[in-house]
Amino acid sequence: MAATSETVEQVQTLADDGYKHGFVTDIEMETAPKGLSEDTVRFISAKKNEPEWLLEWRLTAYRHWLTMPEPTWSKVSFPPIDYQDSYYFAAPKSDKDKPKSLDEIDPKLLETYEKLGIPLLEQEMLAGVAVDAVFDSVSVATTYKKKLEEVGVIFGSISDAIQTHPELIRKYLGSVVPYGDNKHAALNSAVFTDGSFVYIPKGVRCPMELSTYFRINAENTGQFERTLIIADEGSYVSYLEGCTAPQRDENQLHAAVVELVTLDDAEIKYSTVQNWYPGDEEGRGGIYNFVTKRGLCQGRNSKIAWTQVETGSAITWKYPSCILKGDNSIGEFYSVAITNNMQQADTGTKMIHIGKNTRSTIVSKGISAGRADQSYRGLVKILAGAEGARNHTQCDSLLIGDQCGAHTVPYIECANPTASVEHEATTAKINDDQLFYCQQRGLNEEEAVSLIVNGFCKDVMKTLPMEFAVEAQKLIGISLEGSVG
Amino acid sequence: MPLLEIQNLHATVGDKEILKGINLVIKPGQVHAIMGPNGSGKSTLSYILAGRDGYDVTKGEVLFDGKDLLSMPADERACAGLFLGFQYPVEIPGVATMTFLKTALNAVRAYRGDDPLDAMQFLNYVRERAMVLNVTDDMLRRALNVGFSGGEKKRNEILQMAVLEPRLAVLDETDSGLDIDALKIVAEGVNAMRTPERGMLVITHYQRLLNYIEPDHVHVLAQGRILQSGGKELALELEKNGYGDITGAEAA
Repeated sequence: MAATSETVEQVQTLADDGYKHGFVTDIEMETAPKGLSEDTVRFISAKKNEPEWLLEWRLTAYRHWLTMPEPTWSKVSFPPIDYQDSYYFAAPKSDKDKPKSLDEIDPKLLETYEKLGIPLLEQEMLAGVAVDAVFDSVSVATTYKKKLEEVGVIFGSISDAIQTHPELIRKYLGSVVPYGDNKHAALNSAVFTDGSFVYIPKGVRCPMELSTYFRINAENTGQFERTLIIADEGSYVSYLEGCTAPQRDENQLHAAVVELVTLDDAEIKYSTVQNWYPGDEEGRGGIYNFVTKRGLCQGRNSKIAWTQVETGSAITWKYPSCILKGDNSIGEFYSVAITNNMQQADTGTKMIHIGKNTRSTIVSKGISAGRADQSYRGLVKILAGAEGARNHTQCDSLLIGDQCGAHTVPYIECANPTASVEHEATTAKINDDQLFYCQQRGLNEEEAVSLIVNGFCKDVMKTLPMEFAVEAQKLIGISLEGSVG
Repeated sequence: MPLLEIQNLHATVGDKEILKGINLVIKPGQVHAIMGPNGSGKSTLSYILAGRDGYDVTKGEVLFDGKDLLSMPADERACAGLFLGFQYPVEIPGVATMTFLKTALNAVRAYRGDDPLDAMQFLNYVRERAMVLNVTDDMLRRALNVGFSGGEKKRNEILQMAVLEPRLAVLDETDSGLDIDALKIVAEGVNAMRTPERGMLVITHYQRLLNYIEPDHVHVLAQGRILQSGGKELALELEKNGYGDITGAEAA
């Protein structure tokens, strides 16, 4: 994790400079009572000192959530979620509740960290070990914020932005994913606790790739994370989310919302590596990752590109989408999803063509192994006004073994006769000839599978930023360990 | 010590016995050719040596460098220096030939206890060998065997041999699908690899290849057995008289 190592270094430099971290220890907060009610929502809003309009918005979302049915159209199965059996606002864990050292961590997890070559300090952080305050958010954020401030980029937690840039939040929050979009998004709107906020001013090309790592206070915001990124006219930003190392969390349900907005000639590249704990081989204890991600290409000639590498979670329910409203705007979706053991994934995208000459590209690579089940579900919708719109979709599935499943469910709705929509899909099994060929050249079975699968995913992997790509390649191999033979 | 020693090897695929008692000894520096009609068990022999699943050895043993070859997994055999040139090289989409070669070489080097070559060292190492075989940089950049012509695939096999520098190379019908020019290039590549330490087992249907790769010994494999062995002149006789004489004699 290059990004994190860098962060660690920078933080260490700060610490060496005599940085005093005493002030972070006195932020102990109470926990909201267990369960979900209007009071919970009010509690969260009050804790965060939010303006009245935001509380109202949260409450409206909550009331709407109560009326909404659980989405049942996806091909995943799990027992009903008991929303009352959960905390929605927990104080950050005090050090005394955390594992004291890596000795208390599941050796299997440590083994994986080892394979990914993650430095010890990062291992501790990822495993949630009580580490020194070098990981305190304030110090890291300041280092990067300074660089970004020079060009006018705003990058910080959404809680901060609510205080410091209320006008932007009020204008854009919920503008791409309205609270009533789906049940999970409604829940997020009601109880989100934190997340990232990015604003790139007009004409600015963000000088560095923004990563959630630099916003370290993410530690306790995982469950209902809310991210909002706005790229003003002619600007560009590349945003990295997630981590190749497996992340553990005690909260089973994760319902994040990500909203992107591009104005004229702006571009956002959003890359995700998702490796939440998938549960054990029987699927016990894994994370439910129910995410709503959507980008609005509001301006002419604007572009939003989603790239995702999904290897974790017990259940993934996720459809990063683009609304191509501005004329000539471009939406892209590149996805690698790997499911092994008992994992389930229902993932894909929606490309909504509204503006003229809008273009979208979908490349989805699904790999299923073990007893896992995976679906690609994608909608390409061309509205009547989308003169000259074009879409190309490529969906490939690779099966490893004979107990897994892969399904492709494309929906195409076209209301403009000048539009062109192409859909290609293939399903293949990893082939004994290929495996044997690799083994005959000296690769062991796992290396062979990793090489073949990485080849299969190449079209997606090459869209990842360098720093992510190398790690993601390794991750693919590790995710499929034990899947053959 | 012989490089390869096959003793009374019997093998079945499903219920069918394909090999019915093969004996063969290859010493370092020797090139042996195995000829035989279709369905005689030539490819089966090569796959069993390389450790492919799906074949049951029912009797006999194979020693490679004095070690029990049949107990080693396929990748270990490769690392120990056994190379199989495939009759039908496999396509691996999305994996650049260069990447494949590098991954393979570094796996073999790791087995030998050598450090992996870095990108620059490797590039020089491959280019040197690729030039001899008329393998272009463009070919090295393309996905492994994907869209390669028959000739390109076979040259690529020989390139892999040159890169991995095996102790024993088993070349299964390397000549099939090659025109005469490609055949010459491949043969030159193979001949360049002949050293006093290395052994080769050239499996072919036709004598033609053996004009270019001169064997020390020729064996005729038919009906699961080696029915006749001799020097390179045996190949010429077969060319003239066909396999009928030998296999017919056996039947009688």
